[in-house]
Parts: sequence; structure tokens; C-alpha cells
Amino acid sequence: MAEKQAPVAKSSNFIKAVFAIAWKDLAAELRSRELLSAMLVFGMLVILIFNFALKLDAKTRITATSGILWVTFTFAGTLGLNRSMAVEKDRGCLDGLLLAPVDRSSIYFGKLLSNLAFMFIVEAIVLPLYSLLYNVNLFNPGLLLVILLGSVGYIAIGTLLSAMAVQTRTRDVMLPILLFPVIIPVVVAAVEASGGYLQGMDISELRYWINLLLVYDVIFIAIAFMVFDYVVEE
Amino acid sequence: MNKKPVILLVLDILSLVFLAVAAYLALSYAPMEATMGNVQKVFYFHVANAWVGMLGFISAGVAGIAYLRSGNPKWDIVEVAAVEISLVFFLIAILLGSIWARPAWNTWWTWEPRLTTAAITEMIYLAYFMLRNGIEDPNRRARFSAVYTLVGAVSVPITFMAIRLFRTIHPVVIGSQSAQAQGGFNMSPDMEVAFFFSLFTFTIIFADLFWHRIRLGNLANKTEELKLKVME
Amino acid sequence: MIEVRKLVKRFGLKTVLRGLDFQVEQGEFVALLGPNGAGKTTFLRILATLSRPSLGEIRVAGFGLPHQAAQVRQKLGVVSHMPLLYGDLTAEENLRFFGQMYNVNVLNQRIGEVLDLVGLTSRRRDLVRTFSRGMQQRLAIGRAVLHDPEVMLFDEPHTGLDQDACDMLDKVLRDVAARGRTVVMTSHDLARVEDLATRYDVLSKGIISATSKKSELKSGNILTFYKKALAGENG
Repeated sequence: MAEKQAPVAKSSNFIKAVFAIAWKDLAAELRSRELLSAMLVFGMLVILIFNFALKLDAKTRITATSGILWVTFTFAGTLGLNRSMAVEKDRGCLDGLLLAPVDRSSIYFGKLLSNLAFMFIVEAIVLPLYSLLYNVNLFNPGLLLVILLGSVGYIAIGTLLSAMAVQTRTRDVMLPILLFPVIIPVVVAAVEASGGYLQGMDISELRYWINLLLVYDVIFIAIAFMVFDYVVEE
Repeated sequence: MNKKPVILLVLDILSLVFLAVAAYLALSYAPMEATMGNVQKVFYFHVANAWVGMLGFISAGVAGIAYLRSGNPKWDIVEVAAVEISLVFFLIAILLGSIWARPAWNTWWTWEPRLTTAAITEMIYLAYFMLRNGIEDPNRRARFSAVYTLVGAVSVPITFMAIRLFRTIHPVVIGSQSAQAQGGFNMSPDMEVAFFFSLFTFTIIFADLFWHRIRLGNLANKTEELKLKVME
Repeated sequence: MIEVRKLVKRFGLKTVLRGLDFQVEQGEFVALLGPNGAGKTTFLRILATLSRPSLGEIRVAGFGLPHQAAQVRQKLGVVSHMPLLYGDLTAEENLRFFGQMYNVNVLNQRIGEVLDLVGLTSRRRDLVRTFSRGMQQRLAIGRAVLHDPEVMLFDEPHTGLDQDACDMLDKVLRDVAARGRTVVMTSHDLARVEDLATRYDVLSKGIISATSKKSELKSGNILTFYKKALAGENG
């Protein structure tokens, strides 16, 4: 019993914990598919509603596509974020994670990775589907870069706020109310940049938006990293 | 703490007197602006209110960081006070801005960066209070509010930049480029006196209200404490 | 093994623990008794590093709280009335996940041993979601002993279990305690606790108001002891 314990906060342990958390989320999800199916069905319904609400003819599509895509991702994303944190809270699993001798920020980065994976899976299905339905080519490297950067920023702050939201009395409605007002820069930049790429604009015209997304991603990952302790510890 | 400090009383009186003077300066002393007429007078108070909103916003962010660092519940009271004051003054600033925009730009609302950012800040404040309402444990409530204040304090400037970038790139539907010209004017020295006095007055009012609200928070805490003592 | 001095815990203005003193020697099995709302769970959460003390000194397994929380966590196994397990993972996957979090060596072998200990080897590949409450609770104990902790904390582990499940749980609890581990368990089921524990402490009004070793009590007298303790006559 008195075996020597390695120092607890070693970086290899940190990375191991991050991937263990992300892996168990993915393993559980690939089995139940509750979260992904909810996000996907919801996403498709949003597109369906836009189809009729905006009367998406060929002309409107050119300008509206990037907006529709990001509204879909944002809304479907909150479903996923909420569910992913609720799983931790429901059986007291968050306490289980907090009892482990790992740095708290490894919990944040683990959840960040799995949430990001869910987001990418949904996007990887919605994009080709949208291409097919509306005959728009969405396989544009610039667009994919914007989706990558936008999703990272969205999930970075969303993971932090969802950890707060599940610990409130009104947890089902709390996340979008907390999240939407602070992700407006991501939405503005992502919609503008995606629209620009789809209309074949030059990268030099869009670099401000890409920069803005990068700045947002870096700042909010840093902030979440710094304050996550206060969100999960009593 | 129980007795009202004399300085606070002095601040109360100063606030009232200065407000009256500021009103006189703005409405009567400052000359009528040539093209816009009476509506331009809104400007003296609009800017001053927005200024107080900003002061509250910054104070809340500072208090939030101070709470997370120290864990002292006093900072939570300061933070709530700052957010409440900022919420009200931004609201007044937005309303006054609308009154100004109607004749100047021919619309009640425009998606002008400062106006939009102020509106988004209000949404963050509303979310802030909903968050507080949803948490029973006072320690957790204070921690979560401080974290959200911090997140808001960082996101608002980025939002402002994003919207400004958005506006400069897009063709303008209403106002903006022409609105700058329509709404813009050069201040005469008399106008400057009225303008800066108004800013000064509202800063005093901010300090006064801030102090009152923090005192109120402390007193509310004290009554709660006494109530708990009686119940035992 | 556990040393607590003048522990105070406040929630806002409400004081739950008021200068609580508490000592546990290695190998003791302490039952922490007390009425609902006395602060048993709060106290256990503080020992478990899940909640910070407002004031006071705490040492668990030689490390101070809250500053050396990470070291304490390595020595600590916790079972709560919630299973702290993932329903969409199998028993084995749950143990593997937590084993990785605790950085357990030779994990596969250890998982086999633990499943054996809690009697779930035959269900190792089944989803935890399909387990009964009693089985989940036994697996939760398996999760808690995975890294061979020196100190174990049980927070009302019998909650929501039927008679049979309770008896099986008790068997596992005894096995766990038999290896020289130090155990603190909260409960309000006096009859069940009487047998398991070697010492009974009563927590009421924010302090430990009475304590008694099993050897000092005649069997069946735990109820009298408990009632006296609540009435304030330190027995």
C-alpha cells in the first residue's frame, strides 16, 4: 500500500486524462447515439424550416446559405452541449471526475474534445446533405477552415457555460441564454467568412474575419482554462 | 455601517444640485444646434448615460475578477451593484439614442456598432440575472456570476469590433455613412461646457448610486444574518 | 489517518459545521450518524475534497486540505448514494476509464480482481444502464477501490436498495474494510451500521456530539446511545 506515488500533476497524466474523458464520451455516444441523432434531426428540421420560411430559390440561396448553415450549427450545438454535460451531472459522474487525482482543466479539455468531435460529425453530415438538396458546392477548403475555427470558438465557450448551466435550477433553458449573447462575434465572423468563400471572394478580403475567429478562439480557450476550476469546484 | 455616512449625504445633495445645473446648461445655456434643433439636446444626456453604463460595466468586470481571486463575498455585492446600475443606464442611453435617431436618421433603431453592442450588453446582463436566480447556494451563485461577468467583459469588446467590421464592409441600407454626416456636428465652446458638465454630473450620480446600492446589499445581508440567528 | 480540527463550513450566511473535531485511526470503521440536515454529507464532501472548508485544519492520509487535495485524492476511495458511473458504458469500460483517471498500473489485471471482489465478473460486458440499483452500487464500490485507496468514504451507500441488495453490499463493504483500510460511512440505518462499524460518532448541530467504540457498547444498545447523543447528554 505504501508504494511510491508519482507526482500527481505530470503532463503525461494530464494528456492521458484528457483523452480518457474524450474517449469515454465517444464510446458511450457511439453506442447510444442519443446526442448525435438529436443534433442531426434537429439540424435537418432547422434547414427544412428555413426552406419554407425564406423560400430558398436559386437567387436567395447564394446569400442565405452561410447564414442558414451557422444558425443550424449553433442551434444543434446547444442541444449537444447540454446533453453532454447533463450526462456528467445526472448520475453524479461530475463528482466522480472531480474525485480523480487529475487537474481540473483536463476535465475541461476532455469535454472540449468530445463536444468538438460531436459538432464535427454533425457538420460532416449536414454539409453534404445541404449540398445535395440545394445543389450548392460546399466543398471549399476556405469554408472548411472557417467551420473549423468557428466550431472551436463556439465549443470552447459553450463547454464552459454548459458546465455552469447544468448546475442551475433552470438548466434546460439556461445554456442558450448564457451562450448566445457572448458568441455573437463568432456568428458574425463565421457567417461573413463562409459567405465570402462561397461567393468566391479572395482570401485577402476575408482575412479580417479569419483573424477575428482566431483571436476569439485563443482568448476564450485561455479564459475557460483559467476559470473552469471555479465552475466545477465548491 | 448602519448609520448613513456624511460623505454619502453630501454626494446625494451634489447629485441633485448638479443634475439641475446640467439640465439648465443643456437645455437653456447651450445654444440651439443649427440643423437639428431641440432634438440635439438629447445628446448631452445620451452620452453621459452611456458613460455611466460603461463605468458600471468595467466596475462589474473588476469586481468579478476580485471575487474569483479573493473569494470575499463583498465583491459579489459590488458586482451586482455595478451590473444593476449599468443595466439601467445603458437602457436609458439606448432609449435616448432612439429618440435622437428618429429625427436624425429617420429611424428608431439602426444597427450601429455602439448601439448594437449596448443592446447585446443588456442581453448579457439579463442572462446574468437569470443565472443568479437559478442558483440557491450563495457561494456557487457568486462564483458563477463572477465567471459570467468575466466572460461578458471580454466578449463585449470583441463583439464591438466584429460589428464595426461588419458595418464597414457592408453596403449601408439606412444611415451610417450618410448618417455620420447627418448626425454629426461641431461643438461650440458653450456646448462643450454643457457636455462636459453633464459627463461630470453623471459620474457623481454613478458614484452616489453605486455606494447606495452596495450599502443596500450589505444591509440585506445583515438582515438575512439576523433572521437566521432568530430562527435558530 | 484522518484528523480534523475546528472545522467550520458556511454556505453564504448559513453555518452548517461549527468547529467540528474528528479523529480516525488507521483501520477503524467509523459510522457517522445523525439526523437529516445535520451536515453529514457536507462533512463527507469536505473530506472527499469536493467542497472546501471555510475554516479549520484537515489532514487526510498525511496530507493537508484543501492545499494538497490532489495527493489526498490519490489515497481516497469514495462511494456516494449516486453511483458515479456512466450508464452507456459497460462495467469493464467504466472501470477502465476510472483506472486511467487514477493512473492505475497493470489495469487489466486490476479490473479483473475488482470485478471478482464485487461479484460482477459475469456481467462485465453489460451496460451499466441495464444493472439493478444494487449491482450499480457494488460496481461503484469497485470503482472506488480500483486504485487501492487507504481511506474510504461511504455516503449513505444503502439508499434505495432492497434487503437482499443491502446484504450483498454489506458483504462487499466488509471485504473492503478487512484489508486494513480506514472507513468513514454516513448512515441513518442504525441496525445495519451497528454490525459493520467499529466506532459510532454522532454528528448533530454542526459538531460531533458523541462518540463510542463498539466494544464500549452492549449489543443492541446503539439506539439508546444515539438518542442520548441527540438529546445532548454526551454518552
